[in-house]
Amino acid sequence: MQVIDLRGVSCPTNFVKVKLALEELENGDQTTILLDDGEAVKNVPRSLKAEGHKLLALKQAEEGHYVLELEKFEE
Amino acid sequence: MSDAKQTKIDLSNLKAGGFIKERGKDLFTVRLRVPGGRMSISRLKKIAEVADRFGGEFVHLSVRQSIELININFRDFDAVVEELGESSQKVASCGARVRVPVACGGCEYNPNGLIDTQKSALEVDEKLFGTPTGHHKFKVAFAGCPFDCPKSATNDIGFQGAVYPELDISACISCGLCAKNCVPKAIVMGDDNKPVFSNDPCIWCGDCVKVCPTGAWSEKRRGYTARIGGKWGRNPLVGTLFATFLPEGQVVPFISSVLEWYKSKAEGKGRVRLGDTIIAEGPDSLLGHLRQQFPESIVNATIPPQVIVTQIGISK
Repeated sequence: MQVIDLRGVSCPTNFVKVKLALEELENGDQTTILLDDGEAVKNVPRSLKAEGHKLLALKQAEEGHYVLELEKFEE
Repeated sequence: MSDAKQTKIDLSNLKAGGFIKERGKDLFTVRLRVPGGRMSISRLKKIAEVADRFGGEFVHLSVRQSIELININFRDFDAVVEELGESSQKVASCGARVRVPVACGGCEYNPNGLIDTQKSALEVDEKLFGTPTGHHKFKVAFAGCPFDCPKSATNDIGFQGAVYPELDISACISCGLCAKNCVPKAIVMGDDNKPVFSNDPCIWCGDCVKVCPTGAWSEKRRGYTARIGGKWGRNPLVGTLFATFLPEGQVVPFISSVLEWYKSKAEGKGRVRLGDTIIAEGPDSLLGHLRQQFPESIVNATIPPQVIVTQIGISK
């Protein structure tokens, strides 16, 4: 499964990068997104939810960043 | 001067104010009515045309979201009003009246917005604009959420969109995003790795509802938080809490009820703002007045508008 690593990437570039990466996937495909703590994890999951994607899980890794599991869904 | 022509002006156009004397002889600023700061492109074009024809080199965007035409000769008042009227662009007000309400973008395209502030601003503008208060100016602002870009509590009445959250614990995946997003720490993660909510610190911003990946957090109530008695200027006051979760449909009657109290309590006091009237009368008088009509929304107790001391440090 593809991992989209957005550690060190700030808003709104991180969200736009996810959008570009998701264009490569089909509906129903799952992907893992790595996000920094702080603004990134507050904003990116919320924006992805608002665009209709399914957020499956979100866990904080030992190193401090967040790991978001997502299923692509676009109308 | 025998050949001087007598200028004729339709004085009814000036009834609500909005024509403001400038420094230069014969020149006025014409303040346009732009409730909530929303301006259609077609109107904007029309305004540009009129400004180009009758005004100076520029227009001014006022701090209360108006477009002000600059350097308008008073002899052109009727022509300016008539030209603008073609695209239903009306002139705003000044003086001791209910002013044009300001509002943030609202909730149609702004992801933070919790409530349709644009709709509320239009409704208040339509129903209450220009109402004489008998005492002083009266300003209303609408913020779509508690981030409050419009600084609502610096208005005579400031409305702030709010949602009360509710948790369906069975849908929670223990991701912790709600607690992480909750700035006032009304949500913390419990020992069982599920969110624990405390009522008192919550400012009803709805961030938990917006961020929740599964919809475990949802909206239980929605409405306006109302703070009353604010103003800025020479002696600033910050308005204080009078109502919570006021339904959108009650905004106009709510303002009307505050105006009714203001008119009667400031009678004979001259040019006094609402906030200073509340300080003089005590906030319980206004709370009691409002509670009769809005029992569901009025808070149990409040404090008077708060004085902001701005001159500390001047003594040498």
